[in-house]
Parts: sequence; structure tokens; C-alpha cells
Amino acid sequence: MTSLPTYTNKKLGLVIDLDTCVGCHACATNCKEWNAGGHSAPLTDYDPYGAKPDGVWFNRVHSFEVKRGDRPNLTINFPRSCLHCDNAACVTVCPTGASYKRVEDGIVLVNTDKCIGCKLCSWACPYGAREFDEDEGVMKKCTLCIDRIYNENLDPEDRQPACVLTCPAGARHFGDLNDPESDVSQLTAARHGRDLMPELGYKPTNKYLPPRARKVDHADIGAPEELEPIEADGFLGWLDKVLSK
Amino acid sequence: MHPAFSVIFFTTCSGAGYGLLAMMGIFGAADMLPSDRWMGLAGLFFALGLVTIGLLSSTFHLGRPERAWRAMTQWRSSWLAREGVMAVLTYIPAGLFGLGWVFFETTSGLWAVAGVITAVLAWLTVACTAKIYHTLRPIHQWHNDWTVPSYLLLSVMSGAVLMSVLIHLFDVVNPYIQALTVVTLALGWGLKTMYWNFNKSTCGLPSVNSAIGIDAAGDVSVLELPHTSDNYLMKEMGYKVARKHADKLRTISHVTGFALPLVFSLFAMFVDGYIALAAVVIAWGLCSLGIIVERWLFFAEARHTVNLYYGETCV
Repeated sequence: MTSLPTYTNKKLGLVIDLDTCVGCHACATNCKEWNAGGHSAPLTDYDPYGAKPDGVWFNRVHSFEVKRGDRPNLTINFPRSCLHCDNAACVTVCPTGASYKRVEDGIVLVNTDKCIGCKLCSWACPYGAREFDEDEGVMKKCTLCIDRIYNENLDPEDRQPACVLTCPAGARHFGDLNDPESDVSQLTAARHGRDLMPELGYKPTNKYLPPRARKVDHADIGAPEELEPIEADGFLGWLDKVLSK
Repeated sequence: MHPAFSVIFFTTCSGAGYGLLAMMGIFGAADMLPSDRWMGLAGLFFALGLVTIGLLSSTFHLGRPERAWRAMTQWRSSWLAREGVMAVLTYIPAGLFGLGWVFFETTSGLWAVAGVITAVLAWLTVACTAKIYHTLRPIHQWHNDWTVPSYLLLSVMSGAVLMSVLIHLFDVVNPYIQALTVVTLALGWGLKTMYWNFNKSTCGLPSVNSAIGIDAAGDVSVLELPHTSDNYLMKEMGYKVARKHADKLRTISHVTGFALPLVFSLFAMFVDGYIALAAVVIAWGLCSLGIIVERWLFFAEARHTVNLYYGETCV
């Protein structure tokens, strides 16, 4: 049934730090690499080496500029992927039962053997998380790397989503957002993590940490307004005197 | 949203089919139509034919049409599944009603009950179609109070226009049915005009700021897109080609979908014979074209919230 579970034991998800994300697209690239051979394989590409390459991706990195009046502009690199919502309309609209949310960990998945490719779930997702695979005729989406996070063939430290493992800036964090003691919950609380488009009521699991206030002034870092020249003595003092003539 | 031709054809074709089917049911049960075999056969054949062609056409936009039967299983949560179930259920009373009308030449008693049930199920099917769109919160142009009444009224209207053709073909003199066509055309025109004005003058709640979780005051603009060529999201949700000519298309829809059919249907009330028949046939042809354009605009002018990530400011 594509009715949503009333509760989930865990709420596995991502916390993404918009302060430290450098917009390098490594998360998107490693996601594509892992998932092209994983649970949802293949992630079809159309015309990959042609003039207009296109294909199925689960993660897309946008860059925005925020103009803030007299303060310096802010660049926001924004990775966009499935938020594994509590109130996931992509699941309830599914007419076939192919789309479902797991009770054990809250992950939203597609059973591609049941999907008829009606695309309604992608219309129901405000975040554009789902992408249609034209070759296979079915919908695909982020699995939160279920084939990594529970994979006993991997070392325990590698049992994390591919995007999290590869992030060189440490901007992506994975964990249980249902557990207030977890690192991700603590981080979300400390940094005032945000829901995307909360006005639509989807209750996303993933949180985004807004950029910290920028330090633009000497006072912000406790530095003096100007550096005082150092009075030199000894040999350097003599040299300074000679060269100053 | 991308206006998929199969879906436009489905909603307009089955919309008219269900509209006519419901009228056959109601007017048949109320004894307002002759219980002549050929009348029943022509009307029900045409109504169910349109419904069936529309339903089949809707499967062409599926990635896996051979699995279409699965779409009826999740009726507890999905309006699309409910639509499928209602569409199939409607055939049962419609078939019984047709049996009475065509084989026994009667539309009264228990057969009349089948007619009324057919009408109710036909309207419910159209309402389910409308609810599919109405419940999509990311699309402000659909997630509003106009969508369901508009689908229902336009279905009744296009059914009435067809019913006009039918009664003129069979020389049924019934000023009430023809008057109903005129009234539904006027009401449909008014409702759709208000719906278009609503969509033109309002935007959905989300902004790009809430879409990326930055609510600090400041203008957010796109610096770099994630990909160099259009992806699925931009082709499916960010379809802009059709919107370019939206105003011209809307004029065409106003004129051919509503204004001219209204004139021709009204004219048909004051003449008879072949002139009246020609008038209602022209009204039907024009109305069909106008409603197809209207449905094209329904999709093309729907702005999904994902467009906020690609530079739109009002969705």
C-alpha cells in the first residue's frame, strides 16, 4: 500500500551544510558513480558524449547568488536531492504501490518492477527529487544508498551514502534524525537546520544548515583596525636606519 | 508542465464522453429521451466510445503501458488509482442501462436506476481526474478551488454540446436539453475565465528563498545551473514553449471553446431541421477544438515549484 506509515523507527537522512559546501559537484558525481551500478542501476544517460548530454541523476548541485544590499553578495552552493519526507506525497499519489516509505528507517524508495512510469510522483515532489528513466520507462530516485549503509561487505566507516563519504568539505552528514542524541540532530539544533519549503507541509527529513554570518570586518575576528610597525633593534634596527636614509 | 498530447486527448475526450454518458443516464431515466433502440445505441456507443478511446490514450504516456492494470490497486491513497477504479466501475451500470435501452427499449423502472448510477459514477470519475491535479501542492495553478468545479462543469458542458447533436440527429424536440447546452456553455465560460484570471494574478506560497532554506532578506538569483543541457525536470516541469503563445491560445479558446458554440447553440433554439443540425454540429466541432486548447493551457501554464531552482520567481 502506498499509504504512509504513521511512524518510522528511525528517520535516516542527510544534514547539508550550506556554509561549507564549495559547490564542487563531487557528491553528485560519486552518487552517479555508485548508483549507476547499485540498487537502481542503470542510471541511464542519453547522448552522453554529444552536444546535449542528459541523464538520470539523484543529486544536482545548484549555485545561487544572494544580493544583500550594502553587505557583500553571498554565494550559496545548494545540493538538491530527495529529502525522504515524513509527509511524502510522491508515495501517496502512486497508483501502483511502486513508491513506498519504509517503516524501519523512513527511506522513500521505488520498486521499479511495479512502476508503470506515469510520472505522477515526480509531479507531486516539490523538490524535483525524482527523475524518469526514459530507457527503462520507470521513475528513479535517491535510495540514501541503502546498498551501502547496510552493506556488511564494506568496512563500518564506509557504510554511509556515497555523497557523504566523498564530500571534501565535510558539508554532508548522515544519521538518524529521529534520535535527538545523534550527531546530525545535535548539529541541526546547534546550527538551526532548516526544512525546505516548509509552507507545503511535506515535513522533509533532510535538513539544510544556513550559512553562518560572514566575517567582513576586523572587529568580527577581534583584530586591530591597522597593524602597528614593529620597532626593530640590533642588526635589523641598524639596517632599517641605513635603508631609511 | 509538459502538455503530453495523450493526457490532453484523454481528459478532453473522456471528459466529453462521461458528460454525454451522464446525460444519457439522467435524461433517459427521466424519460426525456425516446426509448428508441437506435437513440440508445448511438448515444451510448458514442459516449462509451469516447470514454474508452480516452482511457486507452492515457496509457500511451506511461513508461510501461503493459503494467497499467497495476494502477488500480492503490485506491486507498491515490486519486489516480481511484480514477482507474471508477472508470472501470462505470462500465457496469452503463452496460446494464444500455442493455435495457437497446435490447428491451425501456429506460424506466430498474433500468432507470442503472441510468442514474451510471451518471453518478461518470461524474465521480471526472471528479477523480480533477482531484489528481487538485491535490498536487507543488503546482499552485492546480492546487486551488477552481480545478475540480472547472473539470466537472467542462465535462458536463462538452457532454451537453454532444447531446445537442444527438437530439437533433434523432429529431427529438426538447427545448430543455438545448437550453441546458446554452446554460452550461455560459457557465463554463464564466468559470474558466475566472479560473484563468486567478492563475494570472496569483503565485504559489514558496519562494526561491524558502526553496533553498535562506530566509535572510536578499534577492536570490541563479549563478550556475547544475547541468549544461535540459534534464528531465526542465523538460517535464519547466516546459516553456507552449507558454510563449499562451495569450493567443487563450483567445482561441475563448472564441472557439465558448463564445461561438454559445452563439450557434442559441441559434439552434430558434431554427429547426437541417439548419439547426448544422448549427449544433458546428458548435460541437468548435467547442472540441477550444477545449483541447484550454487543456493544453491547463498543463502549459502550470508552474511547478521545482522551477524556483531554475530561476523562476513566481510559481
